[in-house]
Amino acid sequence: MEPVWEAGYGGPDLHRRNFGTPCLVRGDITRKNFIFALIPQLKRVGFPAHNVKIWWYSMGMTIAEKILARASGKSKVEPGEYIIGKVDLAMVHDLTGPLTLNVLKEVGYDRPWDPEKIVIILDHQVPANSTVTASLHKQLREYAGKYGTKFHDVGRQGVCHQILAESYVKPGMLVVGADSHTCTLGALGAFATGIGSTEMASVFLTGELWFRVPETIRFELKGTLKPGVSAKDIILYIIGKMGVDGALYCATEFTGEGVERLSVDGRLTLCNMAIEMGGKTGIVNPDVKTLQFTNTKNESQVLRSDKDAEYHKTMEVAVEDLIPQVALPHSVDNVKPVSEVEGVEADQVFIGSCTNGRLEDLEAAAKILKGRKVKAGTRLIVIPASPSIYMEAERRGYIRTFIEAGGVVCNPNCGPCLGGHMGILADGEVCVSTSNRNFIGRMGSPKSKVYLVSPETAAATAVEGKLTDPLRYVRG
Amino acid sequence: MSVIRGRAWLFGDNVDTDVILPGKYLVLTDPNELAKHALEGLVQDFYKKISKGDIIVAGKNFGCGSSREHAPIALKYAGVGAVVAESFSRIFFRNSINIGLPAVISKDARRTIKENEQISIHLEEGYILRESGEKIPVEGYPEFLLEILKDGGLLQNLKRKFAGMGGVSRTQP
Ligand code: SF4
Repeated sequence: MEPVWEAGYGGPDLHRRNFGTPCLVRGDITRKNFIFALIPQLKRVGFPAHNVKIWWYSMGMTIAEKILARASGKSKVEPGEYIIGKVDLAMVHDLTGPLTLNVLKEVGYDRPWDPEKIVIILDHQVPANSTVTASLHKQLREYAGKYGTKFHDVGRQGVCHQILAESYVKPGMLVVGADSHTCTLGALGAFATGIGSTEMASVFLTGELWFRVPETIRFELKGTLKPGVSAKDIILYIIGKMGVDGALYCATEFTGEGVERLSVDGRLTLCNMAIEMGGKTGIVNPDVKTLQFTNTKNESQVLRSDKDAEYHKTMEVAVEDLIPQVALPHSVDNVKPVSEVEGVEADQVFIGSCTNGRLEDLEAAAKILKGRKVKAGTRLIVIPASPSIYMEAERRGYIRTFIEAGGVVCNPNCGPCLGGHMGILADGEVCVSTSNRNFIGRMGSPKSKVYLVSPETAAATAVEGKLTDPLRYVRG
Repeated sequence: MSVIRGRAWLFGDNVDTDVILPGKYLVLTDPNELAKHALEGLVQDFYKKISKGDIIVAGKNFGCGSSREHAPIALKYAGVGAVVAESFSRIFFRNSINIGLPAVISKDARRTIKENEQISIHLEEGYILRESGEKIPVEGYPEFLLEILKDGGLLQNLKRKFAGMGGVSRTQP
């Protein structure tokens, strides 16, 4: 039977909501008061209990909302609300940092609010590959030296998001970076998002920034991955379903067994690509693995989503059924199973970047490449994302495996990911890459093509010289 | 913040940054030159046709596409007083406010306001006033965003706050 009365509870917004039928109780009241208010009303209308529809508005918050609430000194925030947040960590790199410094010059004042919270990382073209790059590096080096900000110069450099993950980010932090993939760090239970260079100048001076609290989309990952399938395949699959603007402005939260079972490395891969579906950030609720990875002893700063938090929408992903995925040129949402498009000839294979340059990725690739050779006519470029990953990969023999197979291993930096350095593509060439963007001209010539895949798929492709489903290698 | 008054120019959904300012003009740095190409993809010689303060009233997802700050700058220098839309792309929304062009969210404006109608936006009070006297609610801005808009953008806002602090510091901290 259709309800003839309605009653609603929770949230200041409720006064504005349209109830289809006469409303018995509404407003921003507690659960207890709601029951007290409802009972006399029900008596008044003669207890037609089966005819009453109760709207139960959630009072809980998502982890993203909680972090923004704390950063702005409030007890509760709601999507759509504007806040000023105190920033815990601000990062610029060698391409965006100089622009920020130029803005500071124009303002006429450049002393940072807190040098300890500013991290400057050389990573896009390192060591410098031209006089232009060299002078950008110099500009940043001088600023860092003058004010004592954190600085990762040649020798301590690495892909900025990986360096932040290893040494700076803790759960509960509000992190901003002048790079769109700053969303990666949400994997550690932080709220991390990319901002523009002008805004970054404002953060440098004030330590604060305005935000509009985003709605959160939840991805509930069910089950566990098959061997040979990894976090990259999950996120490619999701982006394929959502489209490049499917999560526009939203925070994207990953929950469920599928995420809990992933290592921190895998979670960083998931959150890294949130921006590729328009997300403001990717985020994972911190657990034991997070606390261990970030070396968090004091749990007081750690925040998690409430059970009754309100989500903009929820999408379920059956992770156990997943097979390796590939994003075809020239859009990240142009996703198909690798098995459907096998055979595309690869001139170059790139394993690295802020998406897949971590130890677990190198391990997966090395397992496939061990004792095998890169196909003649194909070039394999491997770039560990940070010095510590490089050293550990060396200790475990992965680096040797890559070189023996006929690959080249470069020092930690972004490499060919954005077509600036170390493996730029010529006209008509094809690269099968573990990075995150395949836009026209992204890795060099506008006439080249980029296919985005997992490290497993990249390694199998290097062996065969053409796009290859790695499941065969994992089983065999 | 004073009231913004002007005639309404109506546009549809998903007006992207490529029609607001085509990519080939990104090499221009003079805002007045950029202004000459504002909305070129939709209205020929838009900058000549509009009067200062005129208001763009659009549908969903205004400013989608690239992150170019040039897009709101071109609109601002062409004389646009504000953009009202049902929703904005996130980056355009931030850029627009940061360069001092009010980006105003209103669920109902596009459906009610008529082309060429004289309207006024009362930002602090949170509504648009129509010729008929009807008020259409808009999403209000908090104090600090009004302040950035009053100063004419984030850079001016920073200059005002930090200019008196003795120039670019040259000493070690
Ligand atoms: S690895 Fe690629 S996507 Fe990541 S920060 Fe570097 S250039 Fe950007």
